[in-house]
Parts: sequence; C-alpha cells; structure tokens
Amino acid sequence: MTRLRLAVPTLVSLFAALVFGVLLLLVVGAPPFEALSLLVEGSFGSASKISATLLAWSPLLLASAGLVITFAAGLWNIGVEGQVIMGAIAASWVARVVPGPGWVVVPGTILAGAIGGAVWALLAGFLKTHGGVHEIFGGLGLDFVAAGIATYLVIGPWKRAGVASTSGTDIFRQEAWMPEFQAFGVGWPVVPVLLGLASVALVWVLLRGTLFGLRLKSVGNNSYSSFLLGIPTNRYLLGAFALGGALAGIAGTVQVTAFHHKLVPAISGGYGFLAILVVLLAGFSAALVAPIALFFVAISVGSTQLDLRLGLDSAFGGVLQGVIVLFVMFGGAFAARRASWSRSTQEEP
Amino acid sequence: MVPIDPRGALIVEATFNSIIAAAAPLIIASMGETITEKSGVINLSLEGSIRLSAMTAFAVAFWVGNALAGFAVAAIVGALIAAIIAYSSIGLKLNQIAVGFVLTLLAIDLASFLGDSFVGERGPRVPPLPIPFLSDIPFIGKVLFDHNLVVYASYVAIGATWWFFYRTKPGLTLQGIGERPEAAFARGIAVNELRFWYTVLGGAMVGIAGAAYSLDVKLGWRETLTLNLGWIALAMVIFGGWHPLRVAFGAYLFGALQVLAFQLQDVFPGVSQVLPIAPFPLMILALVFVYSPWFRQLGSKFPRMRNLLGSEAPAAIGTVFERE
Repeated sequence: MTRLRLAVPTLVSLFAALVFGVLLLLVVGAPPFEALSLLVEGSFGSASKISATLLAWSPLLLASAGLVITFAAGLWNIGVEGQVIMGAIAASWVARVVPGPGWVVVPGTILAGAIGGAVWALLAGFLKTHGGVHEIFGGLGLDFVAAGIATYLVIGPWKRAGVASTSGTDIFRQEAWMPEFQAFGVGWPVVPVLLGLASVALVWVLLRGTLFGLRLKSVGNNSYSSFLLGIPTNRYLLGAFALGGALAGIAGTVQVTAFHHKLVPAISGGYGFLAILVVLLAGFSAALVAPIALFFVAISVGSTQLDLRLGLDSAFGGVLQGVIVLFVMFGGAFAARRASWSRSTQEEP
Repeated sequence: MVPIDPRGALIVEATFNSIIAAAAPLIIASMGETITEKSGVINLSLEGSIRLSAMTAFAVAFWVGNALAGFAVAAIVGALIAAIIAYSSIGLKLNQIAVGFVLTLLAIDLASFLGDSFVGERGPRVPPLPIPFLSDIPFIGKVLFDHNLVVYASYVAIGATWWFFYRTKPGLTLQGIGERPEAAFARGIAVNELRFWYTVLGGAMVGIAGAAYSLDVKLGWRETLTLNLGWIALAMVIFGGWHPLRVAFGAYLFGALQVLAFQLQDVFPGVSQVLPIAPFPLMILALVFVYSPWFRQLGSKFPRMRNLLGSEAPAAIGTVFERE
C-alpha cells in the first residue's frame, strides 16, 4: 500500500521531468522527439551500443553499491569521486609494473583498485573520526587532491614517451585488459558487469542479513545511542568507509582496464558523483540501484548521440538526470506533506 | 626581497594589483556563503550556481550589450537556486545537502547545455574605474584603488559583512538563528523566514561572483571558465572559520597562489595544473589544526581575539528548525 502511494507521485514527477526536458529542447530549437529517440537509439540501438551501455553501467553499479553502504552509516561520502580516481591510479600502477599473464595481472588490478579506493576513503574517515573534519569537506578536498595526483602522473612520471600531454599515459599491455567475450560481432564486458552486479548483491545481503549491517544501520540512524548501547561507533564508520571506498576503487579499475586501457586525467568519468544521484533516487536501497543505474547510464551514453547527430551539447543527459532526481525528491516531499495535512484535517473535526 | 630599483617596485605593485583583482569574485562568493551558513543553512550548490550565473550573465550582457544587465540577471539566477534550496529544506523538510548536491550537478550541466552557442563569443566587459585621488597614492593607490567596480564591491562585501555580523542588532539575530534557533524563536524571531532570506541574499552574491568571472576576470563563456571557484569558495568559508576577515584572508592567499602559478608557468610547466588544488589540502589542514586542543586554548588566552580565532561552525548549521 505504501509502495503504491509512493509510486503515483514518482510517476508524476518522472513525467514532469520529461516535460521539462522537452521544453528545454524547444528552447534551444532542437526537435524534442527526435532528440529523445536518439537517447534510446544511442544507448540500446545496436549490439555495440548495448555493449557500451553495459560497460558504463558497471562502474556506476560499483560506486553506487559502495555509497549505499556509506549512506547506511549516515555518511555523506562526497569523496567517492576521489576514491574512484585512486582506485584507477592503483590499478594503473599494477597494470604497468606487474608482469605475467592475464590471470595474474587482472585480479591484481582489481585488488589494487579496491585497496586504493579503501585507503583514500579511510583517509576521509580518519579525518572525520580523529580530526574533526566533516566527511563532506574532507571528502571533497580529497577528490581534488586525487584528481591533482592523476593529472600529475599523466603529465609527469607516467607521461607517454616523448610527449607530455593530458591525453593520457601509454596504453597498457593487453594482458592487463579486462577480458571481453565476443558474440554478435562485438566484445561484451562480462567481467565488469559481473563485478558490478556482485557488488550490489553483496551490499544487499550485508545490510539485510548480517549483524554488521544491522549495527551499521543503527549507527547511521542514531550514532550517539548506538555508542551508548556499546557499538564501537568509530570502528563501524571506518568499516563503512573502507568497504564503500573499496567498491568505488574497483569502479576505477574498470575505468582503466576495461574502458580507457590507460590512465587519463578525468578517469572517473564523473561516475562517483553520478552514483550519488542514483542512490538518492533509489532512496538508499540496494535493490533499486541496479535498474536506476542502468536507466541513468543509458541517458549518459545515449546523450553523446545528441552531440554527433544534432549538434547539441551532450550535457543534456546530465540535465535530464538532475531534473529527474530533483523532481522525484520534490514529488515525494509534496505527497508526504499532503498526507500529513489530510491526516491533521481528519483529526480536527 | 625589498625591491630597490624602480622596475622591481613596479613588478611588485602589478603583482599585488593582480592578486587583489583575482581574489575579488572569490571574496564576493565566499562572503555570500558565509552569510548563508551563519544563518544555519548550507548552500552546497555554489559550483553549479556560479557556472549557471556566469553563463546567463554572459548571455544577457551579450544580447543587451550591457554588462550591468548581466550582473542583475546573474544575481537573480543565484538567488533562485538558493531559494529552491531554502524552500525545499524549510518548507518541504528535504535534506539540504542532497538538494544542494543535485542542484550543483544540474546547474553545471544546464550551463554547458544552454551556453553551448556562446562559447568563443566576445561580450561587453566591466570598464576600469580608478578612484580619483586615492589611486594617486604611491603603491597603495595602484594596488587597491586602480580597479573596477567588481573589485570595489569585494571590499564593500568584506567590510559590510563584518560590520553587519559584529556591530548591528540584525547581525546578532542572524548569528542567533544559526547558533540557537530555539532561543531566537522564543524571543519572537521568525527563524525560518529569516533563514530563507539570508540564503537568498547569499545566493544573489554568489550569482554576482559568477557574473564577475564571465564579464571581468576571464571575459566570455566556456565550461571550464570558473575553475572550481564554487568549491573553492565553500572551502574558504570553512578555512576562514565563518569569520569574514579570515575568509577574506584565505581568498587573498588563494589569489596570491593563482597569480604565482601563472607567473611560474614557464619555469615549472606542471605548476598551473597542480596549484589550483592547493586550497583543498590547505582547508583540510586548517580544519585539523583548529580542531587541535592547542588552537582551542588560543581563544581563551587572547579574549579580545576570540571572535577572530573562533572556528566552530554555527551550532545549528544544516539542521531544520521546527517549532514543537
């Protein structure tokens, strides 16, 4: 019943967001229906486009799953973007230095990504628990530091032979690439997608069926009373940071070893911040993360077609995503307010 | 380092002049955010607000052919975004961090999407306006009074914010609603209404800072124009411990870093890419430093400096006030 009551305002909000998008396209003089159908065609129109969408889905799933953990602990992990970047840097380091066949290097890059992301998240965690720095600002600061390190590596120590440019490092040797599976004439990102889905499943089980998850949620709901009840609050917060950061770091691994095959300055692809939108829209629930993340990457991947075919800026996809989240939040809040009004009018005859 | 020959003196003069000019938009934005946060609301959307207002300011100034019109519209854009955050927090009880974050990304993309056709265009700019007599004072005149209205507005923003906070009754009320909203409410103050208007005021100042970027500092519109100015302004407010003078000091320090990075560009090629990162570790270090017991004792050692040395966030920041 509550689900049904939530569904109506959500659908109304989605429709309102779509209307907003159409109006925006009319403002810049673009054909709205052609543009919207290009979004669908650009993300699911052919085998290679579906493969590209699935490849983009994976890091978003990983980062979103990590955020579900930190949100459950009541943390605003804005540092997720930096954790993706540090995961990518650590994975790049392994891909560059570790010799041997793929079954050695690829797991190595995944492990390194997890460690890189976890270390960076723990830094924000210790700043919060021991340094009095709120995780929003500590995390935000560390995002920029991580981006600075990535840029420094690309134009400095890891620059391509001869030229120092911001276009990226040398391509990794092929053994370090995440393997693809050939079918229908294109390569399919089976390993990244499995990693992404496994991370969502892991988080779902962790929060639903374990003592750790139960205690984590209680720390998130009321950290002071959890502390009084004998839960080591700081340890749980740091645990959430480490786990969330590790998953975000693996998202970074996917970005370097399955997508770019090298380190570039903007390696995160904005998936960390996009994941925050996904989790906000999913209402912090792990089960809803997978379909919403797929919907959002479809918009992102599809919107690149707007640039190619209609000469529009591909930022339209980001506008649509933002408006959807904003309107759904507003729709829910309006519905809640109306419900409380009608309740109070019923109580007072 | 004291310049002896007149040529060196001129270089120092010009350097300080450009530091003051470079810091002006950052100062206006961070003063606006200081006012908002002092009242107990966090407007996290600064990066988006600044980009969207920079873009609309340029677009309007380009159409109308008048820079002032651009500033006016930019202030409205900034105020509108702030009003959405204030309303959704106060009226709809939504999390203001969440709404602010969504609006950040939304406004950034909206600016890129709508501003696409203005990239590379040339528009009007703010004319230079040396202040008569004052600009003739040796050194100080050149450094402080040979600028344009945006820079003078940044001086006014610092002075007026400080004076308002610590020397007027409404300023005291503003601090009250940010620290102890219940107590302020018990004294008959309309907490939520005031918070709404201070958030809108702060947002309008952020919008003006955005316009200052596209019509004065950088001239023109492109996506990377404002170089994280919004995030840096948020960092500055914390670095400055919510005190207008310390916030301004941070902004001038950053202005100095920017100018230094620009001048060292030829010697160390990477420096212009890495130095813009500097405010963020500095902010973190400053936060850890002011949290340390040693710094906390400073305020009690120097009671007269307590305001300036205090570094606590407004106690009720980011919370919703509801009367029971």
